Amino acid sequence: MVVSIKIASAAELEQLRSRIVAGHDPDRLCVVTSVGTCGLACGAGEVADALSKALADFGINDSVDIRTTGCHGFCEIEPVVVIYPERILYQHVTPEDVPEIVSESVVNKRVIERLLYRDPSTGESITHEQDIPFYQKQKRLSLDNNRLIDPTNIDDYIALGGYSALAKALFKSQPEQIIEEIKKSGLRGRGGGGFPTGRKWESVRNAHSYDGVRYVICNADEGDPGAYMDRSLLEGNPHSVIEGMIIGAYAIGAHDGYVYVRHEYPLAVQNVTIALEQAREHGLLGEDILGSGFDFDIKISRGGGAFICGESTALMASLEGKIGEPRAKHIHTSESGLYGRPSDLNNVETWANVPLIINRGADRYSQIGTEGSKGTKIFSLVGKINNTGLVEVPMGMPLKEIVFDIGGGIPNGKKFKAVQTGGPSGGCIPESLIDLPVDFDRLAEAGSIMGSGGMIVMDEDTCMVDVARYFVNFLTEESCGKCVPCREGLDRMLDILTAITEGRGKDGDIELMEELGETIKDTALCALGTSAPNPVLSTIRYFRDEYEAHIQKKRCPAGVCKSLITFTIDEEKCTGCTVCAKECPQGAISGEKKEPHVIDQTKCIKCGLCRDNCKFDAVIVS
Amino acid sequence: MVELTINGIKTRVFEGTTVLEAAQEMGTIIPTLCHHEGLTPYGACRICIVEVVKGDRSSLEASCTLPVEEGQVILTDSERVKKRRKVIMELLLSSCPNSKTLQDMAANMGVNEVRFTIKDRECILCGLCVRYCKEQMQSGGIGFVGRGTSRRVATAFGVTPEECRGCGGCEWICPVCERACTAGNLVNGLCGGCQNLVPVETCPICIGCSESVTPSGHRVY
Repeated sequence: MVVSIKIASAAELEQLRSRIVAGHDPDRLCVVTSVGTCGLACGAGEVADALSKALADFGINDSVDIRTTGCHGFCEIEPVVVIYPERILYQHVTPEDVPEIVSESVVNKRVIERLLYRDPSTGESITHEQDIPFYQKQKRLSLDNNRLIDPTNIDDYIALGGYSALAKALFKSQPEQIIEEIKKSGLRGRGGGGFPTGRKWESVRNAHSYDGVRYVICNADEGDPGAYMDRSLLEGNPHSVIEGMIIGAYAIGAHDGYVYVRHEYPLAVQNVTIALEQAREHGLLGEDILGSGFDFDIKISRGGGAFICGESTALMASLEGKIGEPRAKHIHTSESGLYGRPSDLNNVETWANVPLIINRGADRYSQIGTEGSKGTKIFSLVGKINNTGLVEVPMGMPLKEIVFDIGGGIPNGKKFKAVQTGGPSGGCIPESLIDLPVDFDRLAEAGSIMGSGGMIVMDEDTCMVDVARYFVNFLTEESCGKCVPCREGLDRMLDILTAITEGRGKDGDIELMEELGETIKDTALCALGTSAPNPVLSTIRYFRDEYEAHIQKKRCPAGVCKSLITFTIDEEKCTGCTVCAKECPQGAISGEKKEPHVIDQTKCIKCGLCRDNCKFDAVIVS
Repeated sequence: MVELTINGIKTRVFEGTTVLEAAQEMGTIIPTLCHHEGLTPYGACRICIVEVVKGDRSSLEASCTLPVEEGQVILTDSERVKKRRKVIMELLLSSCPNSKTLQDMAANMGVNEVRFTIKDRECILCGLCVRYCKEQMQSGGIGFVGRGTSRRVATAFGVTPEECRGCGGCEWICPVCERACTAGNLVNGLCGGCQNLVPVETCPICIGCSESVTPSGHRVY
């Protein structure tokens, strides 16, 4: 229930908080389903519906609370149901499991063994959410509240101390002090650039604006393949972002804010819209916030599906209703940004960190992390990894710990090959650098970038030339096309890479790509272009032998590039079970029952179905 | 006034001047394609890049959009600049090989091969026509459509808009369709008609084709 009472002072906020906390019994049973986009895709919506129905059927819907939250982070085991107060976690729950969960666990307090999470390394089942190794090694400062908050209910956020940082900022600090605090915390932009947030705020505050108008903008145009931490924060805990923005606006002296969010994130748009309305009803947005005399409001602007609009000048052009393409940034957006006024643009995660810093103090915040990178960072761990999900770790944690201790290593006993960080413009970090501490500076030294925090793990079956081709293809399509090096350069780079993967590579192609890559890096107009050659340059740097194998020996060592591989059947291993012949969509496999089968190379389209379905490893890729 | 150093020579210009303008003022030639003094700087072709030296580090910036700064140190013709410019020139030639302007400029730069696939798009998307139409004719009848390699200059919905007064300015300002290269055969994207393939020692400054030397002097870009 949302109570539409305007909070007129900091004291009233505290009173409301005490009322909410007092009205909530911590020992009361509560069944939590995570219904972020990842959960919904796995059927969590149906599970949540089945839960409320089952509780009603058992007649206990008055004594048991039900809560739907955003993503908890461990997307691999969705749909997840957690029973409070004990925090019993059930994984891969289907609507059919729900009556049993209610009758056994909720009513009779018995644990259902088969739905528990099993540690893949030990095989042991784990009953409580907090004991799962995936969560234990993390430091979830900004993500942890996702599991406790119904994003559509502001009371949940207020109960956990929400908006207390805002009250502290408005009534106990001067704007300059807040900026000083953020500077002291060492917070750097989480969207990719890593620019010190405090310094950015300061320059926006001090920049000349002819009519005094300044803007704060939240960049939620998250477009990197495999990255979704901003989505998860907006869906699961939108008030933390809003609170950060209000504090930022107060520090900067802005009265208008925008959230530029992807149209492709409908749930995030919906939850932020609800959160903004509730914040307005409570007097936390709009005129005279908390009775402080400070006015600020936020509008939502939905992006039109262009990756480039995550770039600051393109984003602002798009907000103004123009074509989303970047301009030269010799005059920074902090001086002349949206509508020519000083504008502060920060990423979702950066904004969500602001209330944490104000509440805990800069000193406590800056104790976490490394020399140049403070605090925690959320990474989306995806690809060939056992524990797919969002992980929040202190800056400087070695890559090895993230991939193996939290991520649980590579599935099916395959060997780790590389991890691609920083989205399409990032680079590939090879196994030899697995001990690399992950922070802004060390990643840059290794030829990659922090980016917004995507981590795509690759195993031995991944062809690095093919990976580079995939990312260059993505960037060629997403380049705005304004400047020549990015538009034409990436297009020609893609041509060369395609030729190499199709066996048409020539001697000198690697050197040409290096020269072209360096040219694009040096001369492109915006950060998309200047970082676009990273996937190619970093894979050439660490996996040159693979490029050479493709070009000189016309061989794909990982067995991925279709033009360079052939599928054959090992006569010794083949038992003649006929499964491959049945699976082959081309009818290319023939042979008698219990006799070795043969693949007709003229018909084979190298789809790999025979290899995937062979139980005897008899299909050889060479 | 702002004092900066261009190729080792100190110069003083008004604040708000671009590095390109400052260089032109002192007679230093920087090649340009998408720049026109009557239009707002655009910074798309990147052929006017210069090296900005800051201590022991340096970066490349498009001089047409780069404002002058006190104490700035600029190199317009360093090895790094020349090397990068040549690759950009190759990219431009590979996307628009029939332009005389481009072929001449390539010859001036000493580009003697195009190593990329030729994809004749008949336009380098410099945006001069779009800006001319909007800024000089106050029309806005043409604009950019599409993104990346599908970007092109077009009118809305492919029909001649009411705003178009048929002034012909877009054609006049175009560096590509102004004069087509008349050479019969292009060898790997390079024009065989000028001195790329047969150097002639007629010009004391460059090895550009004979057409760039006129009775009034040498035509440079």
